[in-house]
Amino acid sequence: MWRSTSPQTGYDAERSARAGEVGKVGVPSGHRPHDMRALFDGIPLERMNTSATINATIRRGSLVYVALQRAGRRPGGLSGYATTSSRSTSPAARTSLPGPSVAAHGRPHHARGPPCRWNPINICSYHLQEAGATPSEELAYALVTAISVLDHVRASGRVNAAEFAEVVGRMSFFVNAGIRFIEEMCKMRAFVELWDRITRFRYGVEDSKFRRFRYGVQVNSLGLTEQQPENNILRIVLEMLAVTLSRDARARAVQLPAWNEALGLPRPWDQQWSLRAQQILAHETDLLEYGDLFGGNRNVQAKVDELVEGAWSEIQVVLSQGGAVEAVESGYIKQRLVESNARRLRAIEDGKLTVVGVNAFTEGEPSPLVVDGNQNVLTVDPAAEAEQVAQLERWRRMRDIAAVSRARDALRRAAERGDSVMPSTILCAKAGMTTGEWAGALREVLGEYRAPTGVAAAQTSAGRAAPVDVGGSMDDVDSLRMEMKRLERELGRRPRILVGKPGLDGHSNGAEQIAIKARDVGFDVVYEGIRATPEHIVKSAVEEGVHLVGLSILSGSHRVLVADVLKGLRAAGLERVPVVVGGIIPKDDADALRADGVARVFTPKDFELSAIMRELVELIHVRASS
Amino acid sequence: MSVRAPDMKALADRVLAGERPAVAEALNRVEDTRAAERARAADLMAELRAKGAAKLAHTIGITGPPGVGKSTLAGALVRKLRADGRSVGMLAVDPSSVRSGGAVLGDRARVAFDPSDEHVFFRSLASKGQTGGLVDAALSAVGVLAAAYDIVLVETTGVGQTETDVRDVADTVVLVIQPGSGDTLQFIKAGIMEIPDLIVVNKADEERLAKQAQADVKQALAAEARAEARDVAPEVLSVSALHRRGIDELIALLDKRAAERDPEALSRARRDGSAHWIARSYRRRHGEAGLERIGGESALHARVAAALDGGTAPERVALDLDQPA
Repeated sequence: MWRSTSPQTGYDAERSARAGEVGKVGVPSGHRPHDMRALFDGIPLERMNTSATINATIRRGSLVYVALQRAGRRPGGLSGYATTSSRSTSPAARTSLPGPSVAAHGRPHHARGPPCRWNPINICSYHLQEAGATPSEELAYALVTAISVLDHVRASGRVNAAEFAEVVGRMSFFVNAGIRFIEEMCKMRAFVELWDRITRFRYGVEDSKFRRFRYGVQVNSLGLTEQQPENNILRIVLEMLAVTLSRDARARAVQLPAWNEALGLPRPWDQQWSLRAQQILAHETDLLEYGDLFGGNRNVQAKVDELVEGAWSEIQVVLSQGGAVEAVESGYIKQRLVESNARRLRAIEDGKLTVVGVNAFTEGEPSPLVVDGNQNVLTVDPAAEAEQVAQLERWRRMRDIAAVSRARDALRRAAERGDSVMPSTILCAKAGMTTGEWAGALREVLGEYRAPTGVAAAQTSAGRAAPVDVGGSMDDVDSLRMEMKRLERELGRRPRILVGKPGLDGHSNGAEQIAIKARDVGFDVVYEGIRATPEHIVKSAVEEGVHLVGLSILSGSHRVLVADVLKGLRAAGLERVPVVVGGIIPKDDADALRADGVARVFTPKDFELSAIMRELVELIHVRASS
Repeated sequence: MSVRAPDMKALADRVLAGERPAVAEALNRVEDTRAAERARAADLMAELRAKGAAKLAHTIGITGPPGVGKSTLAGALVRKLRADGRSVGMLAVDPSSVRSGGAVLGDRARVAFDPSDEHVFFRSLASKGQTGGLVDAALSAVGVLAAAYDIVLVETTGVGQTETDVRDVADTVVLVIQPGSGDTLQFIKAGIMEIPDLIVVNKADEERLAKQAQADVKQALAAEARAEARDVAPEVLSVSALHRRGIDELIALLDKRAAERDPEALSRARRDGSAHWIARSYRRRHGEAGLERIGGESALHARVAAALDGGTAPERVALDLDQPA
């Protein structure tokens, strides 16, 4: 269950509506307790496995239990998990709530009297790969996050040794699988080996059933291309093999992206196509008739050993810094990811990493699957937004105000004392408190979290004093720097751009890479991380005296957010500052954005960062000289 | 220039009235290195310094090693100052890339404040590429903010040149350290680090650690004072910026310092800071040859001091030095 951005991040529908995001990223629901019940209506939950995102706010999601209890369902039959990712390492899952402490609160509560087979924590490393992690990094940061959670639980003294083994047994993971599917398969085997080692030796868990590495997967969206998008279904199928071929390291749940995700929001048919791929593998092929196919294979084991070793030493690095939370706070992990991603993008740009249809085999027949405009993708009815807000207002009027305020006080007290927030969270749900109100109360006590962006200190070979192996691209960077010097003389000061991420979507990889590249060619770059409001971006543009504003939006709500920023800039007298937008933007929308006054729209097919930089230089030059 | 003077006057008035777009424009102008624009900026600054002399804000430099929580502390100070009804101008210095000169100015994200608040103005500056340190425009940028806001905070990562530079643009320098940061103490003992006006031990979340850290600092300072035979030791204060503890006390100390400072001494200190700044920036740009042309180090200082004492704005003095007589 992937909820819309506002319930994910702990706000109510009004906040999403303002950003034009209702229903674009996930189900347009989940603000009111009974939304959850409505959501699961007609679904045989006792036979289902539910995965719900996102970490901090899904504490509340586990109150599905409460909703179901009321509906008279048998809780024992419910199983599932909530994804929890280390708040920095998975940019999309970062909420504005301090995650780990809230997450750690949830565990002992569930372990003591588990209402069902609901696993309150799921360590998500999916976003690590999307953010650029190498297989070893994905292994290391996922496992070290699990270690930090378990260490925290153990140190809290809330559970005894027997209960602790059960807590360990309830840890589950959500991973990524990329196109190098043999290495990815080995990565899954490495996960199994490492988890067994950690649970046995660090935590002394004897029972092998509690040491099992249980995971779900969504295969990679990062590698899906806008060019020749029909090829993506082949990528998706190959990636699925990585997590299914090894019986000893097979995913418990597989979800596949749709072939057209680089174009826009997938339609039901697009998703059905991916579902059929799974069903064919499970029911038509003979895959499930065999035991493990790779046990004892020399080549596979050699790769697994290499990954285990690399990950183990990186785990030690993080532990020596105090653990996952500390390495997140210091920006260490994020910086490593940003650097890895920069290397990957440069390899694609240089042609060292082949991506079919992007930097190789780009010729071809027009695809009958792709038609012009927005018809390839889902469009969201704007009425859904108004309906959500209206429902919420009605809900607030109907509630027992006194009960809501009592529940809120109980929640605040628990948060202030550092007690488990689960009992008071149940009170809040029973009183009909909304997700935004619940999270708002916690924010008041715990503060709001802004993760390090990892960008400022990120080193790339182009930014180093002594460049290492960058091949042809160094000339490119040097010639860009010359152009930048000319622009600086023309402007009288160093060209300065703002890279903004408005809205609630947390996909910051593109914005980060643009920021780093811009710095490396000589821009001063103002970058403030995710979830900036349009007002915030306008204020920054004014105060920082920027020459250009770049907006990165991947929630599908570019129309509303961009219009707000343009309006704000005009009101602030900055109508001459060019605005460019990057994201997954269907062609019709791109045309509309340009008509609104956007200078340039970049989509996933603009993968050459140097070319983008050249365009920015040109835009600023033209604006300055006109 | 007489043609241009009037619009700079108008701009200066708008800056003094605290108009945000005007403050932003003034900051853009003082960064502009084109000759004609430098002259305009000098006019603007002369105007601001003349009209705003009486109200130039207390400027507080916040410095310290990376990771001690300077941004969090700055955020906590901003929140408290705003709660007291005071406006704040903030200048944050981020390191720039040695090769490209470009920089990621990310500090805005770390200093948490209400983005809709019109009375907080935040501007980022990149540090100078090779040597570190504040860019030449920093002196004027501080001047612009000091004319427009009640309090000015200048946040820098105190390494090398930057620390000396911040001394020249700020009225008060606060060094932020964290418990157990032995390096900082070694620097102070060895005389590498200049003595700040105030030392804040941040992350004093645990009482025992905080007390220990405070004691360590005091001991180091005492040793240093004996060696240097100085009598005024900086005050040492423990805070937790994250949990907003000790912030009121810190502000009270800063206010006390501003209130008790003799106006004469303050303007003398500001003049000395400007003089250092101008001379250093001249040397940096013109090198040994430039120094010779002007008659050597002491001639440079004498000329700068005389011009400043005569009431010429620092920016005009710097500009005049660059024009071969």
